[in-house]
Amino acid sequence: MVANTQKNAIEVDNITIRYDDFTLDKVSFNVPSGSIMGFVGENGAGKTTTIKAILDLIRTEEGSIRIWGKPSKNLHKDLKAMIGVVFDGSNLHENLTVDNVNFIMSDIYPNWRPKVFYNYVEKLKLPKNKKFKEFSRGMKMKLSIAIALSHDSKLLILDEATSGLDPMIRDEILDIFMEFIQDEEHTIFFSTHIISDIEKIADYVTFIHDGKIVFSESKDELIYNHGIIPCRKEDVQKIDKRFIVGTRQSNYGAEVMIRNVDEFKRKNREFIPERTSIEEIMLYISRGKESV
Amino acid sequence: MNILISNSSDKPIYEQITIQLKQMIISGELRSGDQLPSMRMLAKELRISVITTKRAYEDLERDGFIYTVVGKGSYVADKNMEFVREEQLKLVEEHLNKAVDGAKAGGISLDELLEIIRMIYEEE
Repeated sequence: MVANTQKNAIEVDNITIRYDDFTLDKVSFNVPSGSIMGFVGENGAGKTTTIKAILDLIRTEEGSIRIWGKPSKNLHKDLKAMIGVVFDGSNLHENLTVDNVNFIMSDIYPNWRPKVFYNYVEKLKLPKNKKFKEFSRGMKMKLSIAIALSHDSKLLILDEATSGLDPMIRDEILDIFMEFIQDEEHTIFFSTHIISDIEKIADYVTFIHDGKIVFSESKDELIYNHGIIPCRKEDVQKIDKRFIVGTRQSNYGAEVMIRNVDEFKRKNREFIPERTSIEEIMLYISRGKESV
Repeated sequence: MNILISNSSDKPIYEQITIQLKQMIISGELRSGDQLPSMRMLAKELRISVITTKRAYEDLERDGFIYTVVGKGSYVADKNMEFVREEQLKLVEEHLNKAVDGAKAGGISLDELLEIIRMIYEEE
């Protein structure tokens, strides 16, 4: 199928969506095939709106979205069937059991794989004799993920699927993600505000802030390219401005976030940048934007 | 085979992997022709991103420690002794640098230092 040969699973090109109180502003990024991309940003930054646009659930005013190279508008049903979707807050009927779900989904999805589904049910320890309404929040989410993975999906899109779950269940879900991605044609795009999930397994991180994409980069490059320097307040001005991403000052000292760490180290012996984290980079960059 | 990843290390994760695999190859724990875990499998096991393991394997390949057969996997390359020696030399130099710094800080002369090295070397 076409799905396999494309370099990017998802291409978002310059989309704009205007609401009364919010604008998704010329958003562009690509999700490479075979990778895991984390989509981060504070609540209300535009994550869900972007995901809905990708799934063609809302209309975009400008720009275009391609999935496996094909316009996402009126995507062929065979391609649509290869996208597994999990939204925050499950929408299954309360009285359904695992067996009911299997029965219904085999009607909905032409590629429904009962064996795969029951494998996940087993692996994720989902109760077979309980009704959906008796499931815990974690179980509900796991069931949704099991469904999303059981119809020959090659692209998994999740919106805040791991939020509000305890660390153990989040860990199980990350395991499932890594399992899924063993196939080089499989791609995961997931939004979250829990950065530690991304810090572990994501290949790429796309950061959206106030309706705009701030960066969309390889996670490793992001982390290894930035560094943080703890220093005295009077030393801040000694640091070459071209490297500075942002500064945080307190009464007792300062911290400076810099980019191009390798070049910085070659030119400066006086300051030694320390390793930083995605979370810190996000904070410094978004705060830097606001102060401009 | 053990690969240990430290999140608090100053060294990037891909470098931690390459260092440990190189050591295993130099020490003979991994022999030429041995198959390495696939990049995706290693990523899954270590709970790190595929890009990170890819980078590690690419670096190892560039340095001649492993080779990759498309569609089959990555294997330990024939041991190039000259190369291994080069690696060891680098390592020794690194340690000696520290020793010299220490010597200078403590006012230990070059002759004394050489004497210490000779003693340690001949002891073994």
